[in-house]
Amino acid sequence: MKAKRNRYGGCYRRGLEAAQVCVGEENWVDSRTIYIGQKEPPPGTEAFIQQRFPDNRIVSSKYTFWNFIPKNMFEQFRRVANFYFLIIFLVQLIIDTPTSPITSGLPLFFVITVTAIKQGYEDWLRHKADNSVNQCPVHVVQHGKVVRKQSRKLRVGDVVFVKENETFPCDLILLSTSRDEGICYVTTASLDGESSHKTYFAVQDTKAYNTEQEVDSIHATIECEQPQPDLYKFVGRINIYMDNEPVARPLGSENLLLRGATLKNTEYIYAVAIYTGMETKMALNYQSKTQKRSAVEKSMNAYLVVYLFILISKAFVNTVLKYVWQADPNRDEPWYNDRTESERQRHIVIRAFTDFLAFMVLFNYIIPVSMYVTVEMQKFLGSYFIMWDDEMFDEELGERAVVNTSDLNEELGQVEYVFTDKTGTLTENNMEFIECCVDGHVYVPHVILNGQVMPGAGMDMIDTSPGPEAREHEELFFRALCLCHTVQVKEEETVDGIKHGIHQGKLGFTYLRLKDSHMEILNREDEIERFELLEVLTFDSVRRRMSVIVRSSSGQLYLFCKGADSSIFPRVISGKVEQEGLRTLCVAYRLLSPEQYQEVCHLLSGAKLALQDRDRRLAEAYDLIEKDLILLGATAVEDRLQEKAADTIESLHKAGMKVWVLTGDKMETAAATCYASKLFHRNTQILELTTKRTEEQSLHDVLFDLSRTVLRQHGGMTRDTFSGLSGDCTDYGLIIDGATLSAVMRPPQEDSNSGNYKEIFLEICRNCSAVLCCRMAPLQKAQIVKLIKASKEHPITLAIGDGANDVSMILEAHVGVGIMGKEGRQAVRNSDYAIPKFKHLKKMLLVHGHYYYIRISELVQYFFYKNVCFIFPQFLYQFFCGFSQQPLYDTAYLTLYNISFTSLPILLYSLIEQHINMDILKKDPSLYRDIAKNSLLRWPIFIYWTILGVYDAIVMFFGAYFLFDNTTFTSNGQMFGNWTFGTLVFTVLVFTVTFKLALDTHYWTWINHFVIWGSLIFFVVFSLLWGGIIWPFLNYQRMYYVFMQMLSSGPAWLSIILLITAGLLPDVLKKVIWRALWPTTTERIQMYAGFGYVPTLLDNADKLYKGHLSEFTPLASLQSKAGSQRRGSGGQRNAPNPRRSEPFSKKTMFTRWQRTPDYCTFTPLLRFADGARNSRQGYAQGGQTSV
Amino acid sequence: MMASSYNAKDEDGHITVTGPGGGTLRSKKPENTAFKQQRLPAWQPILTAGTVLPAFFIIGLIFIPIGIGLYVTSNNIKEFEVDYTGVDMSSPCFNCSQNFSWNSTTPCTCTIPFFLEQPYESNVFMYYGLSNFYQNHRRYVKSRDDSQLNGDMTSLKEPSKECEPYAYHDNKPIAPCGAIANSMFNDTLELFYNDPNGTKVQIPLTNIGIAWWTDKHVKFKNPGAGEANQNLTAVFQGTTKPLNWRRPVYELDAAANNDGFINEDFIVWMRTAALPTFRKLYRIIKSPSNGMMPTMPRGNYTLEVVYITTMSKNLGQNLFNQLNPDYPVRSFEGRKRMILSTISWMGGKNPFLGIAYITVGSVCFFLGVVLLIIHHKCGNRNNSADISN
Repeated sequence: MKAKRNRYGGCYRRGLEAAQVCVGEENWVDSRTIYIGQKEPPPGTEAFIQQRFPDNRIVSSKYTFWNFIPKNMFEQFRRVANFYFLIIFLVQLIIDTPTSPITSGLPLFFVITVTAIKQGYEDWLRHKADNSVNQCPVHVVQHGKVVRKQSRKLRVGDVVFVKENETFPCDLILLSTSRDEGICYVTTASLDGESSHKTYFAVQDTKAYNTEQEVDSIHATIECEQPQPDLYKFVGRINIYMDNEPVARPLGSENLLLRGATLKNTEYIYAVAIYTGMETKMALNYQSKTQKRSAVEKSMNAYLVVYLFILISKAFVNTVLKYVWQADPNRDEPWYNDRTESERQRHIVIRAFTDFLAFMVLFNYIIPVSMYVTVEMQKFLGSYFIMWDDEMFDEELGERAVVNTSDLNEELGQVEYVFTDKTGTLTENNMEFIECCVDGHVYVPHVILNGQVMPGAGMDMIDTSPGPEAREHEELFFRALCLCHTVQVKEEETVDGIKHGIHQGKLGFTYLRLKDSHMEILNREDEIERFELLEVLTFDSVRRRMSVIVRSSSGQLYLFCKGADSSIFPRVISGKVEQEGLRTLCVAYRLLSPEQYQEVCHLLSGAKLALQDRDRRLAEAYDLIEKDLILLGATAVEDRLQEKAADTIESLHKAGMKVWVLTGDKMETAAATCYASKLFHRNTQILELTTKRTEEQSLHDVLFDLSRTVLRQHGGMTRDTFSGLSGDCTDYGLIIDGATLSAVMRPPQEDSNSGNYKEIFLEICRNCSAVLCCRMAPLQKAQIVKLIKASKEHPITLAIGDGANDVSMILEAHVGVGIMGKEGRQAVRNSDYAIPKFKHLKKMLLVHGHYYYIRISELVQYFFYKNVCFIFPQFLYQFFCGFSQQPLYDTAYLTLYNISFTSLPILLYSLIEQHINMDILKKDPSLYRDIAKNSLLRWPIFIYWTILGVYDAIVMFFGAYFLFDNTTFTSNGQMFGNWTFGTLVFTVLVFTVTFKLALDTHYWTWINHFVIWGSLIFFVVFSLLWGGIIWPFLNYQRMYYVFMQMLSSGPAWLSIILLITAGLLPDVLKKVIWRALWPTTTERIQMYAGFGYVPTLLDNADKLYKGHLSEFTPLASLQSKAGSQRRGSGGQRNAPNPRRSEPFSKKTMFTRWQRTPDYCTFTPLLRFADGARNSRQGYAQGGQTSV
Repeated sequence: MMASSYNAKDEDGHITVTGPGGGTLRSKKPENTAFKQQRLPAWQPILTAGTVLPAFFIIGLIFIPIGIGLYVTSNNIKEFEVDYTGVDMSSPCFNCSQNFSWNSTTPCTCTIPFFLEQPYESNVFMYYGLSNFYQNHRRYVKSRDDSQLNGDMTSLKEPSKECEPYAYHDNKPIAPCGAIANSMFNDTLELFYNDPNGTKVQIPLTNIGIAWWTDKHVKFKNPGAGEANQNLTAVFQGTTKPLNWRRPVYELDAAANNDGFINEDFIVWMRTAALPTFRKLYRIIKSPSNGMMPTMPRGNYTLEVVYITTMSKNLGQNLFNQLNPDYPVRSFEGRKRMILSTISWMGGKNPFLGIAYITVGSVCFFLGVVLLIIHHKCGNRNNSADISN
């Protein structure tokens, strides 16, 4: 299922792009007409034009049997690296080159074959899946009977019969169901991962037709839009011909059953196919995302260019030297070494060019084909460690981390900016009822324990004796709460959620069910009240409210409206409510006269039936209807922080990351969350860039003011650092809202004084450790990410969020992380990585990201190093063999060096190296700074590695050279030839590069031992075998007994040991001296860890973190202060209000420390609360007032 | 219009109810194995001045004695070298190296006297050395047919393309084919001991044991080697000798076990040298069996070089332009030498290895001292320093 889901990745992106393009534009592309049951409409209505639609065959496979090889080859050779090696291979085939084509052909063939087999296998699986899907039986109603058909033969217009737990074979319009209400339940888990049951509705006029005969008698046509990839949008119209009089009904996404979804809790349904095969919404979502490239990959490519340049210049230099050297004919062609006639007749230019190519081929191993393979394998295999991580598994959700793109593993270690969503990411997105306020009277539950109302504890009425009018309002308020929602209460599924728990039972009103369009609620006297549900004005994020129109049993028509305060208040004509910093949900109502209701119905049906622009017209209609409201009251809910969110943010801060909170929420709530999550500290100086401020001053002035403040303080900070007083006054927090942001982002105006605000804004942001952006639209979130991405340091950004509104920024950021929250799976599907909870980000970045970065940077550097070591001696050898392109090593060594002798140790290293224990990485986030800014792949380090490679090559080559120089080193006086020379160099080479890796390995598991020593033993065994027999298939026997003869000589052993030692010496020395004189934090920690000195202080801190200390909102208590003052001025109550602080402390007591209250750790908690209070005061002094 | 259409959230407080479906979720829990949790038990070494210090001292203490031993051994090896190229007019070989009209039937011989200051004990190895001779040139190195040399009959008749242009002559396959075989060294060196009493004693030279055992017995085989009555002349019927050779391959040596492809001089030549200046083992002077006498006592010796006329055919000009009495090296400014050397367990005289060992050992020792100082100074500083804060 996971793989399947991945294939739908990118769905939202397309939808999003479409939305971006089509804002305010015509969204209606083209329409199609479907004749239900393939029947002609009654004559005279309209012309019967049967359109042609594709059949229901799903083709997810890429290749067929015939085109597999050409198509796959083409795709593989489109990659630059493969193409390069193909060219080298072809050059070797065409011209006379020093090495046989096998040396480059074999690895290339290996890589291509393995990839082809993998892709072929995957495609075969897809074929199989396609076949099983295409051939699975579906039931179709034909001539009044249910007939079995193969799925692929399904046509548009067929009426399909689907039973419970079956998957829909194509996109269908629901005609009727086994349920009386004409509804069915569906789970779309395989489409978008939401496992909740969703309700779909049959067309009103056909819902009664629920046998096959009846369904067959339906005469209707459906007009709808051509297929579009957005899963959640559908517009259509059904024309039903009853008595030859067509009745038109609107169709929306609530009538559309998507292919891939499964029918649940409904016995059967009849539905008509409208989109089939590759036109289903699921199939349209197959497109994959654009690939993101990591910073490491970019530096790798830069190194490649450098090496390509080195390669070309080496070949060029050698070619030139060759012809200079050969100017003397006795050198060019001495008597003992003649050319063939054909060679002699070749033109000198062609000869020179051929020589150049031959040198290229000889040195081409400097860019190893195996590096690409190894990097890819490392990324693919390495990503499993994220998925396997036990600590990133969430028991509650039963989910573990998911890796959608393994290309970015190392980017997790490079993050500089974290953009996080608030609701559902930092917080639980689990609204906890705090209080409600009706008509200015405040109600709080008596005791709240861990988010649940204590059984038996009723509502505590603070305001005694409300008047009868107030009481009436109160009842209406609770009725409204019970009615104004879209929750289905079903037999199996209990609706939980605290709010409903409170609605139900505790306040005396309980919502029972929706039956025959009547909502039934149980009132305080245990009587059932019935309200006829007339209209539902659904919720959307733009309006931020929803309404229902009901008719009470007494015949009165009510419109109940519920929504965010900001969206309700402008529409209210009377009523009052207390406002605090909490999230509030306002409830208002309006009495409708029958005439008004008629008007409303007219408006709504007009809008709903519209085929074009339906959404806009609906919104207009809603806008007209939801007005003149009377405010009933408000409920205040609190969204608790996620477990360890503050700890995570603190760690990210310590790791040098800048955390920005981007939220659509209002400023006060967002700021409260920021304080609670320790994004802002008590000594954080808050800078504000809000509409409120820009109203007073011009944006220009505000920006300059702020930048001045920041820069002055910046200077002050450096001074403070010198005087040793650094610490407290360096922290800045910026709060900006969406409106101001769009003003800042506006391109500079023509008139001079506006200037370019972006730069100033960025300058301010750069000096702030935390930024809070509130009231953001989803696209603004992406805009911010883009702005930071494009700033001059080009920092690596990470966006994390859980909802559809975060998708834009998740796609925009370098790394997108999705939280498996409560709001569906769009974020998860579009993310590169998905984690169950925000707290898992800490391990993801600080441990996994750090490791991956260390591992891959070593992998890349080491690969270049070992190939310099490999090829440079061969380059040097050209100077001693008359530039004749004579290879130093045997073909087998040339071929196998990168494939088998030195490949496994580095692959293993890059999978399991841990330079520091992961516990220390978690404890000390500042270690993350050590690898910031791609620090291990900077040019100086790259040059160091290259120089080291050149040094080793020189040591190896000249060591062997002086040993061979005009003497023998066997005890029987016999001489060795050139192949022994090469073998000696090669042996030293293999051992040196492997030992170099061994020296770099800090984490020696048995696998490391096995692989490192194993690959050396393999080399020796291979060499013994390769030289051990006369190989019948080879036309040369140059290696025969060379290796054994070499090993039989004492000086060879001695020189191997000497050269390895000399080769490794500088690197060891550099390491040790650097560590001793200029140790990085990492190295210092390693030292302590190595000697078992991990300070106990850290241990304690760790215990403290683990001590079930979850976060809470200090604002709750602070608000009480501010709130009570305001309340006082409001004349309601003058006495200091004890009710908020008291339950608060109780709450802390009960909810956080229920297990075993640990009072010594309780102290810092209080201190923190104090601190937060102070900061709040500072915050208020900073000119901050609630909106 | 139900909950399914809720995508956005913010201030509304709507909750989409998710029902966890117990069974399938259990399986998602990652396995808690040491490998998957990256918690395999591991040895975690760190290279610090402290840990490396002993290693440096140990390396130093081991390498320096080895180096001294090697150096002393190398110095004890006796080596004597005579250049007989005959470049100078004064050189006794000058005449033979000149290409003037020459009666090719009588070999040209030059005699070079030399004096050994020290007696050479045990086996003495006699090498010939060539310089500026690119045996490692790619065109040269690959110009051979190993299957032919391994006794393969088809390769004998149809030499590999690699042998071009030394594969065929007069439409007959050349055996052995290729540039390496064609340019085989063919000066004959003889040694005489001038007894103090005036007699000139020829020193017996052994030409067995100069090639690798495996080469002689496995890699190189005469065609039809398995047959009972092997007649080399018959076997090589239909082939022709390499252009520069005076005799065909089956007449290289009188002894049957050293004739044809398994002739050791030939095998030695066929192992191409790594560098343009090289030496190859020519003969071994076995120590006398009684063991009391040195193999070559201190005294006067004579080297006699017998030149067999070589026709060097330069194919480029496609005519016989040279009639060289000796093995020609002067065209490419090469040199020819005769080397006498004793051998120890570490081979011939080569002070490099000993010096290198001493150098590396001393560097290690010196670095050990430097590190000790660093460790002493910085170690204290580090210990007092806090970890990160």
